[in-house]
Amino acid sequence: MEPVLAVEHLSKKIGARTIVNDVSFHVNPGEIFGFLGPNGAGKTTTIRMLVGLIKPTSGSVSIGGYNLQTHFLEAIKQVGCIVENPELYPYLTGRENLEHFARMMQDVDANRIDEVVQLVELDKRIDETVKTYSLGMRQRLGIAQALLGNPQLLILDEPTNGLDPAGIRELRAFIRKLAQEQSISIFISSHILYEIQLLCDRVAIISQGKVLKTAPVAQLVGEESKVEWSLQPLSAAIHQLTDLPYIRNVEQLGKERVMVHMPVEKIAETNQLLLSSDIQVNAIRPMNQTLEDIFLEMTGGEGIG
Amino acid sequence: MAKLVYNELLKMFRKKRFLVVVLILAVLIPIFTYAQYITVQNTVKQIGTSDWKAILQQQIVDRENQLTSSRVPDEWKKWTRLTIAQEKYYLKNNINPTAPGAPTFVRKFVEEAVALFLPLIVVILAADLVSSEYANGTIKVLLTRPVPRWKVLLSKYLALILSISLMMLITGLLSYLLSGIIFGYKGWDLPVLTGFIQQGNQLITSQVHLVPQWKYIILSFGLAWFSALAVGTISFMVSVLVRNTATSMGVMLAAVISGSLLSQLAPTWQSLRYFVFINLRLTDYLAGKPVLISGMSLPFSLAMLSIWSIIAIIIAFVVFSKRDVLN
Repeated sequence: MEPVLAVEHLSKKIGARTIVNDVSFHVNPGEIFGFLGPNGAGKTTTIRMLVGLIKPTSGSVSIGGYNLQTHFLEAIKQVGCIVENPELYPYLTGRENLEHFARMMQDVDANRIDEVVQLVELDKRIDETVKTYSLGMRQRLGIAQALLGNPQLLILDEPTNGLDPAGIRELRAFIRKLAQEQSISIFISSHILYEIQLLCDRVAIISQGKVLKTAPVAQLVGEESKVEWSLQPLSAAIHQLTDLPYIRNVEQLGKERVMVHMPVEKIAETNQLLLSSDIQVNAIRPMNQTLEDIFLEMTGGEGIG
Repeated sequence: MAKLVYNELLKMFRKKRFLVVVLILAVLIPIFTYAQYITVQNTVKQIGTSDWKAILQQQIVDRENQLTSSRVPDEWKKWTRLTIAQEKYYLKNNINPTAPGAPTFVRKFVEEAVALFLPLIVVILAADLVSSEYANGTIKVLLTRPVPRWKVLLSKYLALILSISLMMLITGLLSYLLSGIIFGYKGWDLPVLTGFIQQGNQLITSQVHLVPQWKYIILSFGLAWFSALAVGTISFMVSVLVRNTATSMGVMLAAVISGSLLSQLAPTWQSLRYFVFINLRLTDYLAGKPVLISGMSLPFSLAMLSIWSIIAIIIAFVVFSKRDVLN
């Protein structure tokens, strides 16, 4: 299956600073792809390179098989995007804004405009000027604008910024609906891990301009977990645990408790091993690890948000 | 392309830029009209009689006497003969030259407006054409459409040319309609002197002839339009470069006003003529007004305006299509 978006060794230097450093990832058809990183990690710069607002220093971006640098028009035709805030003309009405951008594309007629307006449920207010809209409505109008040209790929930069919890939930449901019903691939950047975890199929984690890891969210969250053991005698047990290849970060918590990082499916095996070495196992408590833990671990505790 | 230009014009109208311009004109033109009216009244008072026919008759006789004098140089004689022809036309057609009607006001208005007033209005139209898209952030939506950047910019430039032309038309119409309320709407055929050539410090009058006022007005408006386009083009470049509407307007106002001031303050500083905004008063060449800085002529000024405009448009296009959108 050919990826909708292929990013290869993308880098951007401004002056002496490397803002994006050798970033590569693929987004597959119909997939919701998360792009996770703290503020200032290079997310926005990367997104701007994906849509041709910034020229990369090196590397390439292909959308639907077209190279963005050499075939800009063919590539960008397949993309709808909101870069940062949904910026539209406040002095025009919602419909005029959509008509304005429709005139910049081929094959977008009045019917299509009505269609996207229905889709984002703005039909009641579409003929009012945008300056009277709430942020949530602007966000939806922004999405309507991005959907006008029937894109294969939707790029959303921090789409939940500034929305209230109800608005965020609504947006999340809407994005899922888009991916399922219209089979659009969606690329979402966020610094909120929880959001990505709820919404995305796969995620790339970026920090200081570099992609640290790209993996399915389920795998990232599920593959390793924190497990708390209550063991006696503890020193012998710690010795034993440290020797196991799949156990990391052994951390003594109290007189008889220890916290380790390990795959959940190895718990039974480890238990047996400990018992056979005459170590008393009093309790095993697997902690459900979130993307947040993984993220903090990878970035070495760098602040989020 | 037509669709893109339509987009730009739509935004310009909906931003109420045009309304502002029309309002400024609608307020200022009556003031100028009134000022002109007061001047006419004063002239009548000074002469002490309101019988303008008698005065004109007397003037013609005076001039004819001058012609018989041998001390008057030949060039002057030609000028005098033309002036007599002009005054005889007034008498024959029953036109009072001191209160000559709306077309004359239109002609004088554009002659005065070309150096400062029209450029300021053009700056209002042009200064935020590109910078406002950056300020709003809408540039990011605009440049992620399947349209090459140069086309986006070209559509803006064409919209600017159209709106400047429309603005000139509105200026002409408003000044005619509003001043006509006081001066009357007649006078299109009035003969006007033109064809002056400046050479060194001398005004050469050998080419001077009379043209009907309507022809003269068309010529003036053509020249004023050219000036306005040059101001618009340079303003457009500034708008591309600075990304902030207030800065862009400030820079342009400073440049236009200093151009207007410098030509009066430092007429001996010859290199000034290479500064674009010194060359805006194209209609002065038509009217034969003395040129302040020597070495300036109609072709020179036209060339200066063209060169500056071409450089500005090249810079605007290169910068706009290469630059990273970072804000």
